[in-house]
Amino acid sequence: MAKRTNQPTTGAEPAGRDLSSENPQELQQYYAQMLLLRRFEERTSEMYTKAKIGGYCHLNLGEEATIVGLMAALTPADYIFTNYREHGYIIARGVAPGPVMAELFGKETGVSRGRGGSMHLFDATAHFMGGYAIVGGQLPLATGAAYALKYQGKPGVVVCQMGDATTNIGAWHESLNLAALWDLPVIFLVVNNGYGMGTTVDEGAAEPDLYKRGCAFRMHGERVDGTDVLAMRDATRRLRERAEQEKKPAILEAVSFRFRGHSVIDSDRYRDPEAVKQGRNANDPLPHFAHQLVLAGVVDDAWLKATASRIDQEVQEAIDFAEHSPNPKIEDLFDYMYATPVPNTPGRAEAAIIAQNAQGGR
Amino acid sequence: MPQLNLIEAVRSAMADAMAEDARVFVLGEDVGLKGGVFLATDGLLARFGPDRVVDMPIAEAGIVGMAIGASLHGLRPVAEIQFADYIHPAIDQILNEAARLRYRSNGDWHCPIVVRAPFGAGVHGALYHSQSTEALFTSTPGLKVVVPSTPYDAKGLLIAAIRDPDPVIVFEHKQLYRGVRGDVPEGTYTVPLGQAAVRRAGAQISLFTYGLMAHYSLEAAKVVADEGIDVEVIDLRTLYPLDQATILGSVRKTGKALIVHEDKLTGGVGGEISALIAEHAFEALDAPVRRLASPDVHAVAFSDVLEAHFMLNPQKIATAVRELAAY
Repeated sequence: MAKRTNQPTTGAEPAGRDLSSENPQELQQYYAQMLLLRRFEERTSEMYTKAKIGGYCHLNLGEEATIVGLMAALTPADYIFTNYREHGYIIARGVAPGPVMAELFGKETGVSRGRGGSMHLFDATAHFMGGYAIVGGQLPLATGAAYALKYQGKPGVVVCQMGDATTNIGAWHESLNLAALWDLPVIFLVVNNGYGMGTTVDEGAAEPDLYKRGCAFRMHGERVDGTDVLAMRDATRRLRERAEQEKKPAILEAVSFRFRGHSVIDSDRYRDPEAVKQGRNANDPLPHFAHQLVLAGVVDDAWLKATASRIDQEVQEAIDFAEHSPNPKIEDLFDYMYATPVPNTPGRAEAAIIAQNAQGGR
Repeated sequence: MPQLNLIEAVRSAMADAMAEDARVFVLGEDVGLKGGVFLATDGLLARFGPDRVVDMPIAEAGIVGMAIGASLHGLRPVAEIQFADYIHPAIDQILNEAARLRYRSNGDWHCPIVVRAPFGAGVHGALYHSQSTEALFTSTPGLKVVVPSTPYDAKGLLIAAIRDPDPVIVFEHKQLYRGVRGDVPEGTYTVPLGQAAVRRAGAQISLFTYGLMAHYSLEAAKVVADEGIDVEVIDLRTLYPLDQATILGSVRKTGKALIVHEDKLTGGVGGEISALIAEHAFEALDAPVRRLASPDVHAVAFSDVLEAHFMLNPQKIATAVRELAAY
């Protein structure tokens, strides 16, 4: 199989774009949020290296504009389902970085009380319906959530985020078919970072223009520069309104560049290091947006510096919170298995005895 | 003889089987350029080319389904499922199609596929990267289910699985990939499917186990040996069909049986072995059959302390052995 390379490009928006119609405070907020996600992930990587975080861990580096632009367009009534690369999504949705970091540390104060870890963040009050570690696992669920919204006549839409390679699994086709068939208010957000682990989009998808893959279901699709926070916000707003008002599902393909390997332990040896370096420089949403804001007079160097130091502090506080939080209790292991105790899942009292009897451990 | 770790032995098995038989090919997610997420297929693409080392899209039902179709038409596919936790989308293809093709075609067709999948906890993989899923397959006739614990067995069992005319599911414990080393002959050889291995002969208690737990059980047996408890450790190696003769023979000798597995207690392989012993060796028993398994919770909560509690270890096994010995 010959390797093709028609990965769409990002960074098309000129630096000197007209921002006069924008609210300057909002622009500043977008930038600060993007920086928060960047620092959070960089420090997460550092904590992983220090063995404070274990297991499988996937970073949003390079996707900051996609995430912040998306969340800027959503309302509190909306619901979000994501894949396992989701730290930034839950933070940009408004969940404090502390409980998110605590979850990565496996602590009781984490958003999933230490049960989930990096790939399974969850916050019902934020309508953040979870990161899903099985590729495509979230798609039918998001479709069902959209069905429920429509059925109950509730406001809001469902955003179903996924990676580019998810568009190859059966659940994608089944979910899109149903969403189109029943006119459900759901946006299928495909984050196209060029790679499904080590396989390029071209190598995995017979139609590598992923936003066109809804054509079999007559579903509208568009592609947006995922490194452009305003373009991302505007595209989401448009499709969101369409979904809510007209009950029309859509695909939104946001193109960005994966800064590192698939996960923190992926050596990324299938990519040319020089090309990765160039890709990072060419597709980094942060300096690009900062430059635009400076040119438009929305921020100055002093503001950028102060914001960076504020964000550094905020992320440090999240790490401190995680570090000083307690571990989950062993006697709680069987909690939430069923609504009521069942004979082969001990209740708290029996579980405590089991814990006492269990020797060894670490 | 080369000393290999378990992942190298798996790789060696596939390379040698492919070199020997042009019908053998591997397919799976990122098995080509990346060499597999655990590097089981590292180097195979360069050696055998993209027709025989096939990078697949993320579509497990498609991976196994395509393997089944290719096997029906003369090929010997070895499909890799990246984690056992991802095998569920392919379960329909495995249970409903692969397992019953020979039967439904009155022997006209057969389905000689191998599906390999890394399984097991203790790697902070949390809920969807830690599961033991073997019991889903050992309850379906038509399949064979294999779990190697040593590099030698990993290669020999995998080659036997590739040569076997029926579908074989091979579960490889992630912690063993780089956690054990051992002698592995060059070239092809087989370890027969359906035969357990007595890893340690003993007179007082029969301990049946497999995978990572075979190593933990041997450690435990060593500890209790110093206390005068003589444990026979039997590595099942094949979970379906079970080596009934070895299991029953050992229990008839020792009179006590302990089954140790990382999979959950309820519905695990241990229940089947317990029933087998109760039905066929009841009169030989001096104590109730005991099972030591993971608790009936989802494998496995992320937090270090919960994971450590969930996982068995040599100390917990030694405790269970002592309790049974004292009965």
